Amino acid sequence: MALFQISEPGETAPTEPQEKQLAAGIDLGTTNSLVATVDNEGVAETLPDEQGESLLPSVVRYLENGQTEVGTAAKNSQLNDIDNTISSAKRLLGRGIGDIKTLAGSLPYKFSDSDSSVLHIQTVGGEVTAIEVSAEILKTLKNRAEDALDGPLKGVVITVPAYFDDAQRQATKDAARLADLNVFRLLNEPTAAAVAYGLDQKDTLEERIIAVYDLGGGTFDISILKLNKGVFEVMATGGDSALGGDDFDHAIATWILQESGSDLTHHAMSEARRVKEALTNDDQVSVNLENWQGTLSLAQFNEMVASLVKKTLLACRRALRDADLSKEQVHDVVMVGGSTRMPIIREKVGEFFDKPPLVDIDPDKVVAIGAALQADVLAGNKPDEEMLLLDVIPLSLGLETYGGLVEKVIARNTTIPITRAQEFTTFKDNQTAMTVHVLQGERETVEENRSLAKFALKAIPPMVAGAARIKVTFQVDADGLLNVEAEEETTGVKSNVDVKPSYGLRDTEIEGMIRDSMDNAQADMEARRLREQRVEADRTLEALDSAMKSDSDKMLNNDEIKLLLEARTELKNIKDNSEDSAEVKAAIKHMEKVAEFYVARRMNDNVKTAMQGQSVSDFADTDN
Amino acid sequence: MAITFTDAAAERVSAFLADRGKGVGLRLATKTYGCSGMAYVVEFADEVEETDTVFEDHGLKIIIDPKSLVYLDGTEMDYTKEGLNEGFKFNNPNESGECGCGESFTV
Repeated sequence: MALFQISEPGETAPTEPQEKQLAAGIDLGTTNSLVATVDNEGVAETLPDEQGESLLPSVVRYLENGQTEVGTAAKNSQLNDIDNTISSAKRLLGRGIGDIKTLAGSLPYKFSDSDSSVLHIQTVGGEVTAIEVSAEILKTLKNRAEDALDGPLKGVVITVPAYFDDAQRQATKDAARLADLNVFRLLNEPTAAAVAYGLDQKDTLEERIIAVYDLGGGTFDISILKLNKGVFEVMATGGDSALGGDDFDHAIATWILQESGSDLTHHAMSEARRVKEALTNDDQVSVNLENWQGTLSLAQFNEMVASLVKKTLLACRRALRDADLSKEQVHDVVMVGGSTRMPIIREKVGEFFDKPPLVDIDPDKVVAIGAALQADVLAGNKPDEEMLLLDVIPLSLGLETYGGLVEKVIARNTTIPITRAQEFTTFKDNQTAMTVHVLQGERETVEENRSLAKFALKAIPPMVAGAARIKVTFQVDADGLLNVEAEEETTGVKSNVDVKPSYGLRDTEIEGMIRDSMDNAQADMEARRLREQRVEADRTLEALDSAMKSDSDKMLNNDEIKLLLEARTELKNIKDNSEDSAEVKAAIKHMEKVAEFYVARRMNDNVKTAMQGQSVSDFADTDN
Repeated sequence: MAITFTDAAAERVSAFLADRGKGVGLRLATKTYGCSGMAYVVEFADEVEETDTVFEDHGLKIIIDPKSLVYLDGTEMDYTKEGLNEGFKFNNPNESGECGCGESFTV
C-alpha cells in the first residue's frame, strides 16, 4: 500500500503566475463601453481617452475606404450616415436572423439574406457582423489601455449580462479574439458591480443576498445574486430590454413639445437630456426651446416618470419572487448605470428594499471597475489569500466505466477553470472502439446521474485487453463550458465533444442531486460493490469462453465440458439475478475453483508448446 | 464505529499541523480513481462543512464528508517507515483489495 502525505486543502486548484501582469477589465455595453485597470497602489480606475472621456460610445461607423470610426466620432455622424453607423451591436451578438425578427423591425440596418446563422449587416465598407462591430470597440479600448499602461495586455475580463446565453457569451469571446485580446474570463455584469463594492471581501461566513439594479441608457436589468464564501451565484434576473434613461428623456421631451407647441422633436430630446441631468443636482431647472422658455421642477419631473420607476420596481418584485426571496432577505442593493443618478430612482429603490442603495462608485464605471479588480486577480497579481473564487462546478463530472459505474473526473465544488485527465484502457481483447459517456452528478451508478454527452473513440488499434492507453481529458473553462477529449496515446487517435454542464439545471435540482447522494451513500456503496462483482464475473466468464473456444476439444472430455458449462450457467444466473455482491463474489470463487484443473492443464500445455522444437541451447542463446 | 490514529500517526499529524500554523484538523476522504476504483485523500482541514462528521482521537479532529464515511468507517490511520519512504497508511476494514500501485482500492 502506498504511503500518504498530507496535502493542503484543494491543493489541486490552478496555480497562477507570480510576476506583475498587465490586465484590464472591459465593460462592453449596449450604449457605452469602458476599460479599467488596477494601478500599482491596488486602486481600480477607468482609463480616459485623450479628451479625458472614460465612456466610449458603442458606435462604429464603416467608411467607403474600409476604415472605421469608433466612439464619439461615429456617434456624431450617426444621423447623417445611418446605414453605415452601427450602434447597439450588443443586442445582435450571438443572434441569428430568427432570433431578432422582432428586434430587427426597430433597427435601421440593412440585414443581408444569407443562409448563415450569423447576421450580416450591409455597409459601404462591406458586410459586417455584430461580432466584428464589437471587436472594433474592443480594439479601441485595448489600444487605450495599452497606451496608458505602456505595454501589451496579458489578458482581460469582459463583462456580459447575467442572462446572456451560451451563444451570446461565445460571440463575445469571438469578438475579443478578433480584437487580439486574451480573455481570462467573462464576468456577469452584476457580479462585477458587487466585486467593485468589495462585497465579496466582506469578512463573513454567512450568505449574502445582493440585488443589482442596473438602469442604463436603453435597458433595465435587475439581478439577484447570492454570495457564499466568495462564490457568486445568479439566483434570478429580470428587467426590460426596452426601458432606460432614454425613456425618461422622452417623458420630458413630450412635456416640452406640449408646453411650447413646437414640433422640433430632435432639439426637444437633447434639451430634455440636459434638463434631466441638471435635475440631479437642482430642484428646479429652466427649459429653453427656440423662443419658448419654461421651468421644470424636480417634483413635476418625478410625477412625469413615476410610471417608469414603478415598472422597474415591478421587475424587482418579480425577480425576488423567482429567487424565492423576500425584500428583507436582501443585504445589499448596488446601483449600476448612469440613469441611477436620478434622485427619484435612488429614493424609490431605497424605499422598495428598505435600505439605502450603494451609490458611492460612479454608476457608469462600477462594472468596469469590478472587471478590472477581477482581471488583476486572474493575472496573478494578488497573494493567494485574496484569491477570488468566483465560480465552482455545481455537480461532479465523470465518465461511465464498465458495469454502469461512474468514475468522477472532476469533483463538485472544484473552482474553474480546471483541467483533469485520467487514463483508461480497453476491457476486451481487440476492442477497437470505446464509447465515452460524460455524466454529471454525485451518485455511483450511471442511471442515477445526468447524461451530458456521448461520443465514440474509434480506430483504437487491436490489442489485448488492458494494453491500450486512453487518456480522457476534462477541461472546464472559466465560463463553465466543458470540453471532453479522448486520446489513444500509442496512436494519437483523438475524439472530443463540447458541452455546457449547467444547461437546463435549476439550483433546486442541483441541491436535490447532492442531497440524494448523501442520503443514498450506503445504498450506493452496495450498488458499487455489486457492479464491481458483476464486472468481475463477466471477466471470468469471458476468459472461460475464450479458453474453451480455442482448445476445449483437445483438452477436455465431455464430462469435464459439462461440468464447466454447468458452473458457467450457475455463475451467469447469479450474476444476472442476484442483488447481493457477496453472493456474486462467492459464485466467481466457485467458478474459479471448478475451472482450476482446466487452467492448470492449459498452462502446462502452453509451456510445452513454447518449448517444442527447441533445444536447450536455444534457450541458453535467448538468455544471452 | 470511528476513525482513529495510532500513536505514531497522531504524533506526526500534531507536528504537521503545528508546523503549518493553522487548520482545524485532518480531512480524510475517498475519491473514485485508478484501476481499482477508489483512492484516499489526506488533506489539512481549514473548515468543517455542515454535513461532515468529526471524530476526535488523541486530541485531534478527523473530518470526513458523509459520502466518504461509508468507505472509511472503522479505519485506523498509521504512520510508518517503509524503506526510504515514510508516510501515512490506512488500515481500512472496508477495503477488500488494492491495485498493484497501491493508489486505489476496492471495497
